[in-house]
Amino acid sequence: MSPAGGVARERGFAHALLDAAAATPEGLIGRDGAAPVRRFAVYRNNVTVGLIDALATRFPVVRAIVGEACFTGLARGYARANPPRSPLMHLYGASFPTFLAEAVGLEELDYLPDVSRLESARVHAYHAADATPLDVSAFAALDPGVLGDLRLSLHPSLTLVRSHHPVATIWAMNAGAIPLEPIGDWRGEDVAVVRPRLEVEVLPLSPGAATFLDALDRGVAFADAAVEGVEATGGPVPHDALVGLARLVQAGLVVGLTQGVTP
Amino acid sequence: MIRTTLPATAGVGFKPEHFDALRADRFPGFLEVHAENYMGAGGPPHAMLTALRRDHALSVHGVGLSIGGAGPLDRDHLQRLRVLCDRYQPESFSEHLAWSTHEGAFLNDLLPLPYTAETLARVAEHVDETQTALQRRLLLENPATYVTFAESDVPETAFLAEIARRTGCGLLLDVNNVFVSATNHGWSAEAYLADFPVAHVGEIHLAGHAQDEDDAGRPLLVDAHGAAVASEVWALYERLLDRTGPLPTLIEWDNDVPEWPTLAAEAHRAQQALDRASRSRRAA
Repeated sequence: MSPAGGVARERGFAHALLDAAAATPEGLIGRDGAAPVRRFAVYRNNVTVGLIDALATRFPVVRAIVGEACFTGLARGYARANPPRSPLMHLYGASFPTFLAEAVGLEELDYLPDVSRLESARVHAYHAADATPLDVSAFAALDPGVLGDLRLSLHPSLTLVRSHHPVATIWAMNAGAIPLEPIGDWRGEDVAVVRPRLEVEVLPLSPGAATFLDALDRGVAFADAAVEGVEATGGPVPHDALVGLARLVQAGLVVGLTQGVTP
Repeated sequence: MIRTTLPATAGVGFKPEHFDALRADRFPGFLEVHAENYMGAGGPPHAMLTALRRDHALSVHGVGLSIGGAGPLDRDHLQRLRVLCDRYQPESFSEHLAWSTHEGAFLNDLLPLPYTAETLARVAEHVDETQTALQRRLLLENPATYVTFAESDVPETAFLAEIARRTGCGLLLDVNNVFVSATNHGWSAEAYLADFPVAHVGEIHLAGHAQDEDDAGRPLLVDAHGAAVASEVWALYERLLDRTGPLPTLIEWDNDVPEWPTLAAEAHRAQQALDRASRSRRAA
């Protein structure tokens, strides 16, 4: 068989793995020439179950919310239509939030895509590059007058998840971090998902903070980023930006700073 | 080309949930990790592996290179393997006689290939390319299979022997895979092992399997890595050691992962077999 024949053989095999209705590929034989249908099904099952398990590992809270049977159905549909494009399985499922947003039958769980984005951000943070957060002492030598001009490098593991739903509360309740109870005050929540050291943290953000962090991450100077953040809340600009800076440092979000340099 | 070898002791496939217990227990064997689980930039996986590397010989076992594939190897993935091996300097690097990637889609399983002159040439090229990229000798593992191909005209043992001869690679002999394939295809596991080019073996794998039935109602074993090693597989392993003497032996348990003491007991059993093989060598 030519190399092109080998590629065609694999194409038929791969297609039949991902399509449960497809016939068993030609050219396979079972023991003593018997039909290989159940034998091929082992491969099909390995592939499907393996991908469903990978998604269940990455999205345990989505699974807890919709229940195991529903999750398995969703994950099977996603996996067959979207097999991984890389052997790095921790990257698998990047488009699962979009798939959930478009899935028929989940319209009432309109917060689910944002919960899945939060879970995706946790896995990203777990595997992201290491960086040592700056200590408060790194700021001690700075002239307080120049603090507003600082440009901060944020931790490489950081992802901001912004939601019109109480995504942090829903995630925490279904992850077992806080008791499960009805949410009376249904309002949007933003979170920072970050791993300053070895533990992945989910930090609820106050209004405007995500805009502020996003601006810092784009290289906007501290004072200007603070203004962007406050404007996002529609409130007045406070005078004391130092408090915000101290919180960022305390949370381990800041890994570098440059002073007075225009990007 | 780096030609390091693992110690001829009993090792285990490392699972993060065993990190503390394994260290508290001062586990003496080598450890094996799946390469692809350590290809993120940082975080706990690398922190753990760095700590473990100080005390243990290490085997890096790839599950995603698709060496048996008809298409070209993924250069980016080869580069990631190179970076990982350079960082941890493992005593062994191994991969599978199987394919998993087709036209960019990664199917996350070890899929079978026919054994012909054509596929032999292709696999040998891929092994060469991998060894050149990593500057290391590779151990190629025999697969567990559920089907065979009408077009195959080379026995699996002869196929592996020829790959080793052409490329200088070593072999990883998975005794459970031998038992699973032999049962599934009606071969003799003993005859397979008698034909296997054992001089090239750099590592043994032992694992558990699950039992199903084929279309004719005969036993169909599945290489599930979710149970203890079967008694028939222990027997094959012990008879193999009589022939070869002690070889680095790994217990693989990847699904339904047990508490550490259960896994450690399996490794202990393998170590006892290695000790017996070592004593009978000296007595002979």
